[in-house]
Amino acid sequence: MAYFRSNVLVCSDPECIGKGSEKILESLLAELSKKGLAEEVKVMDTPRIGDCDKGPEILVYPEGYHYVGLTVEDIPFLVEEQFLKGRPVNKLLAPPKKEEAQELREPTAKEVRVVLRNCGKINPENIEEYIAENGYAALAKVLTEKSPDEVIQIVKESGLRGRGGAGFSTGMKWALTRDTVGDVRYIICNADEGDPGAFMNRAVLEGDPHSVLEGMIIAAYAIGAQQGFVYCRAEYPIAVKTFEIAIKQAREYGLLGEHIFGTDFSFDLEVRQGAGAFVCGEETALIASIEGKRGEPRPRPPFPSVRGLFGKPTSINNVESYANVPQIILNGPEWFASMGTEKSKGTKTFALAGDVKKTGLIEVPFGITLREIIYDVGGGIKNDLGFKAIQTGGPMGGCLPEEFLDLPVDYERLSQAGSIMGSGGMVVLDEETCMVDIAKFFVKFIQDESCGKCVPCRVGTRRMLEILTRITEGNGRPDDIDLLEQLSVEIRQDSLCGLGQGAPNPVVSTIKHFRKEYEAHINDKVCPAKVCRALISYEIDPEKCVGCTLCARNCPVNCISGELKKTHVIDPDICIRCGICKQVCNYGAVLVK
Amino acid sequence: MTVNTKDSKDMVKTVDLIIDEFHAKKEELIPILMKVSQELGHISTPALEQISERMHIPQSQVYSVASFYRLIYTKSTGRHVIKFCESAPCHVAGGREVWNAIQKELKVKPGETSADGKWTLTTTSCLGVCAVGPVMMVDEDIYGNLRPDQLTDILGKYE
Amino acid sequence: MNAIKSLDDLKKIREEALAKRKVTETSGATQVIVGMGTCGIAAGARETMKAVLEYIEAKNLPNIVVTQTGCIGLCEQEPILQVVMSEKEKVTYGKVSPEVVKTIMENHVEKGEVVEGHVIPMQG
Repeated sequence: MAYFRSNVLVCSDPECIGKGSEKILESLLAELSKKGLAEEVKVMDTPRIGDCDKGPEILVYPEGYHYVGLTVEDIPFLVEEQFLKGRPVNKLLAPPKKEEAQELREPTAKEVRVVLRNCGKINPENIEEYIAENGYAALAKVLTEKSPDEVIQIVKESGLRGRGGAGFSTGMKWALTRDTVGDVRYIICNADEGDPGAFMNRAVLEGDPHSVLEGMIIAAYAIGAQQGFVYCRAEYPIAVKTFEIAIKQAREYGLLGEHIFGTDFSFDLEVRQGAGAFVCGEETALIASIEGKRGEPRPRPPFPSVRGLFGKPTSINNVESYANVPQIILNGPEWFASMGTEKSKGTKTFALAGDVKKTGLIEVPFGITLREIIYDVGGGIKNDLGFKAIQTGGPMGGCLPEEFLDLPVDYERLSQAGSIMGSGGMVVLDEETCMVDIAKFFVKFIQDESCGKCVPCRVGTRRMLEILTRITEGNGRPDDIDLLEQLSVEIRQDSLCGLGQGAPNPVVSTIKHFRKEYEAHINDKVCPAKVCRALISYEIDPEKCVGCTLCARNCPVNCISGELKKTHVIDPDICIRCGICKQVCNYGAVLVK
Repeated sequence: MTVNTKDSKDMVKTVDLIIDEFHAKKEELIPILMKVSQELGHISTPALEQISERMHIPQSQVYSVASFYRLIYTKSTGRHVIKFCESAPCHVAGGREVWNAIQKELKVKPGETSADGKWTLTTTSCLGVCAVGPVMMVDEDIYGNLRPDQLTDILGKYE
Repeated sequence: MNAIKSLDDLKKIREEALAKRKVTETSGATQVIVGMGTCGIAAGARETMKAVLEYIEAKNLPNIVVTQTGCIGLCEQEPILQVVMSEKEKVTYGKVSPEVVKTIMENHVEKGEVVEGHVIPMQG
C-alpha cells in the first residue's frame, strides 16, 4: 500500500468552507502535483480542526504544524518550504496555544501526573479510550518519521533514568543493546514489583496498560527487537489479565504483529508470570526465570544488553520507564528535562504507605522534599502522631529520620543520605514504631527471599536476623551492635547481586539514626516504643476498669481474671502480649508498660 | 500406600494436557509447574515424575525449580489456602493483631494445614495493595482493610 | 475491526472515540464509574459494583452507563465511585460501601443532589 511521508488535513467545517477552504484544498493538490509530490504527500479533508475563526486552516502531519488564515496565494510558497525543503513557514503558523501539559503543572497542587495521567480516567479494557487520549500517536510519529537512532537520541536527551531503582540512563541502555552485533534481540518489561510497600507499577498495568505497551513497541523499534516479554508477578492476577486484554486488542488493531502501521517493522510480545520469588525482580534472575530455571542472579558483566535472554542482547526496563516514553516522544525531550533536578529528570511515582493519612499513589517531579511529600501531598501523620522516620526504596532501603525531612528527593541525594530510590515505595513510620522491630522485619523479608546462591547473603542475612531477633526478645548481648555493623560491611561488599548488597541498609541506617533504641533493648531490656512483645507487659488500670469482662472473654490464653463489675487483673506469667484485650476494651483501661 | 488408579490416571491426564498446552517447551517449565500446582493442589511425586519424563528434564532439576518458587506448592494443602501479607506496611497498619487473631480463629500455625483439612495458613510477600492494608488472600479472593472482628464472617464464606 | 495501517486510520479512531464520548456526555445519560483496581477490590469494590447494578435493575432506572476504571492512586479511599451527570463535572466519592451506594444513587443519580459527606476533593 502507498506510504505517504506527510499527511495534510484541510478543515472542511462550514465556517472554513465559507472562508474558502475548498479552493485551498484544490490549490494544494495542484501545487503538489506540479512539484511531483503527489505520491508523497496525502491531502484529505477533515470535518473539524478547531480554529475556524482563523480559517481556512490545515494541519500537517507528522510534525503537527497548524497553519491558519491561508489564502490561495500562500500555497506555492508553503508547498515549496514545507514539503520540498522541510521548513515550516512561521508567519502562517497558528499562534502557540497553552500546552495541554500546563494543566498538570499547577503550582498549588504538587503533583504532576505523567505516568499516571490516564489512571482512573479511562476504562483500561478499551483501547479506543486510550486512543482518544492521544494514545499510539507517539508510535505513529516514531514509525512514520523517526529512525531508530533518532528515537534513542530523543530518549537520551530527555534524561530518563531507569525507574526500577538502578537509575541507569534508559537511552544508553537501548543504545548498548542496539549496538551489540546480532540479528535477534529481545525487550523485556520488568513488572515484578516485589518491594513491600510499592504498588505503582500495579496501578499503571491495571489502569493504563496501553501506555506501557506503546512504550515497549517504541523501544522494540529503537533497539531492533522482534519479540518481547512482560514479566509480571503472579501476585498481580488482575494486572496480568488486564494486560493480556490490552495485548489482544493491540493485535486486533494492527499495533502488534506484522507490518505495524503499514511499515516494515514487526513485533509481538507475551506476558510471562512470576511464581512468587522476589529476587526475580533482579534482571539476570528474571531472565533465568523466563528460561525456565531457578531465579538465581549471575555475575555481570556480561550485561543483558550484550548477552541476555537465551544469550541474545536484551533490554530490560521497568514498567514506569516504558510508560514515560510516549509522552517524551509527543512533548519532546526538553519538556521532560525541564522537570526535576540536574541529574534526575522528569517525574517519579511513589507509593505512600504506613502511618500517613493519605496513603496511595502520587507522582511528583524530582526535587520535591520529603516534608512536602509527607505533609502537603500525604496530609500528615495518621491520628496526628509525631513523625519518626520514613523508609524509602523498599526492603533494601534505609530509614531517614526527622533531620532529613527537607531533603530534595532524587537518586543521588537519597543515596548520599544512606537510603535508595528503589522503585518508589515510601513507608511512613510514626512515633509509636520500634525501629529495631522494623529492621528485623525487613531483614526477615530479605532472608526469606535470598536465592541462596552466595554465602555472604544466604548466611550473612540469617546471622543478622538471629541477632535482631535475640535483641527484640530481650536477649541482646553487649557486642551485638558491633557485630551487626561488621556483618553489614561484609555482606555489602561480597554479595553477588543487589539484593544481598542492599540487605544491610535497614540495619545500618537504623543503628546510625536510632542507636539509643538498640541500646535500650540490649542494655536495659526495654522497648521504648512498647512494641517488642518480650519487653512489654500488659496491665489493667483499676481506675478505668468497669468490670465489663470483655477482655477476659476475648483473651486467647485466659489469663485475665475478674468478676462482673469488678476490676480485672492480667496474669503476667501467662499473658502472651497479643494485644487483643487492649483492642476490645472500650474504656482505655488496658495499659502497656 | 495404594494409589487409586482412577485418580492417578486423571492426574496424568491433567498434567499431560497442561504440558501440551505449552508445547512441552523447556523454557515453559515454570508456567507448567504453576498450572499443575493450581489444578492439582500441589506438585505430587507422581506429577513430578510425569513432568520429568514428558519434558526430558531430570527429576532433581524439576524439583529444584519447583521448590525455589513460593507459589508452586510441593506439599499438599487444605481445601482453601490463606495467604496473609507479612510485609512491613501491612504490619505497621495493624497486621500484627489480625495475624494473631487468625491463628486463634483457625487454630493453625503458619505453614500448616488445619486438622480437618480445610485451611492452610501461609504468609505471602507484598500483594501491592499496601494502602488498604492489612491484606490477605483466600484462594483467589483478596481482602483489605482487615480487622480481627471481620475474620469470622470472611472465613465463614468458604465451605 | 480493521487494522490501523496509517496515521489517518489512527486519527479517525481518535475522532470517533472523542465523538462517542461527547455523545454520551450530551445525551443526558449519567455515567457511574467504579474503581476496580486490585486495591479497590481488596476494599470491597465488587460488592459496590454489584450494589450499583442491583439498584439500577430494581428501580428500573433508564439512561445510566456503568463502567469501570483502574486505580486512581487514592487507595486509602477505596472503594471509589464517580458520578458524571450530563454536562456536569465529575464527582468522586470515597469509601463507598453498598450502603453508601444506596444514598448516592437515591440522592445524586436520581435527584441530582451531591452527597457532600462522601465527596473526595480532587486536584488537577
